[in-house]
Amino acid sequence: MCDSCGCNLTTGNRHLVETGGALAVTADGHGSIEVLQGLLEANDRQAHHNREHFDEYRVLAVNLMSSPGSGKTRLLEATIQALREEFRIAVIEGDLETENDAERIRRAGVQAVQITTGTACHLDAHLVHRALHELPLAGLDLLFIENVGNLVCPASFDLGQHHNVTLLSVTEGDDKPQKYPVIFRASELILVTKMDLLPYLEDFEVERVRRSVRALACEVEVLALSAKTGEGMDPWLAWLRAACQAQRARTVGQKPSFQPHHHAET
Amino acid sequence: MHELAICQALLDQVRLLANREQATQVTAIRLRIGPLSGVEAALLINAFPLVAAGTLAEGAELTCDDAAVQVRCRDCRQEGEASLSCLLCPHCGGFHTQVIAGDELLLVSLEFERTPAKSAHPSHPRSDAHVR
Repeated sequence: MCDSCGCNLTTGNRHLVETGGALAVTADGHGSIEVLQGLLEANDRQAHHNREHFDEYRVLAVNLMSSPGSGKTRLLEATIQALREEFRIAVIEGDLETENDAERIRRAGVQAVQITTGTACHLDAHLVHRALHELPLAGLDLLFIENVGNLVCPASFDLGQHHNVTLLSVTEGDDKPQKYPVIFRASELILVTKMDLLPYLEDFEVERVRRSVRALACEVEVLALSAKTGEGMDPWLAWLRAACQAQRARTVGQKPSFQPHHHAET
Repeated sequence: MHELAICQALLDQVRLLANREQATQVTAIRLRIGPLSGVEAALLINAFPLVAAGTLAEGAELTCDDAAVQVRCRDCRQEGEASLSCLLCPHCGGFHTQVIAGDELLLVSLEFERTPAKSAHPSHPRSDAHVR
């Protein structure tokens, strides 16, 4: 969505510009202007800039979102273990407090930058940009951004990632996509996690997750896995390999296309 | 509560526009927020006075237009209203739909007061152009 070509005009808001015109004057003598700008324009601009960074260095950026405790860090540990020899990986960790998750990722053998947001319930493009300057982008193939655990707020903020992946653990309930439509609709892949716990749960069905996703007119794939037992990990790893390959193909011959500015090289 | 962060972004935008229009006081801000934007209009309206305090938007009336969720079906090519948790085609029930309204998060318009143009700049091209 942009603010120059009119693509943010929909059948729902078009009348606002047509009746009022671009400029108007109210009856009581005050000035008035029609704006029709996205409220998150500054964030979206920064996200676009981040994406240019990633593309310049041909890095694939994947934003992982979920509620707290659905196994994002555990999934990353297993993913890093499986792909460490194939890809140069790093992780940006978003949490309200503590460096715990970044330390877990470092123990898995890759670089991690922790963003502590304090009371903020989501990462935004500016926070991610700051973290990017602590990473050797030139030496990376794959960057995971582990968003703050929250099924509401992260959905509204573009970080510059290429793909959104949303996790839903089996203990959370299979109707979550319809309860949190904004985040699931923004996803390009949905992972049902902690499948090893499924035998202990009577009322969770992966098929119902798929139906719940379809009700949102969402055609994305739903994969079920357990990072703990390794069950179902292969399709997820295959998805990542294909996404990395697509990013490399897309950015062949990529030249820096924007004002160079300093990044830490380690 | 990402509405506070959205409020901050809104205020930054309002300030920029107000400065461009040489406004001294912003009196009204109109938004359009669709239910699929992930932002609660009521929370935004509550948070706004906290963020606007001490700025030229202090005391401005913030209003949010409702926006119904509408989809267009790629199968039967019809448009219609859908709900937040069910975005299927209301006509044929298919899921090959595209959201055409309801995910907006837009600053629609601003109203403001401006000090009258000084006679020292009589030929300023913007001078009072949009104010009676």
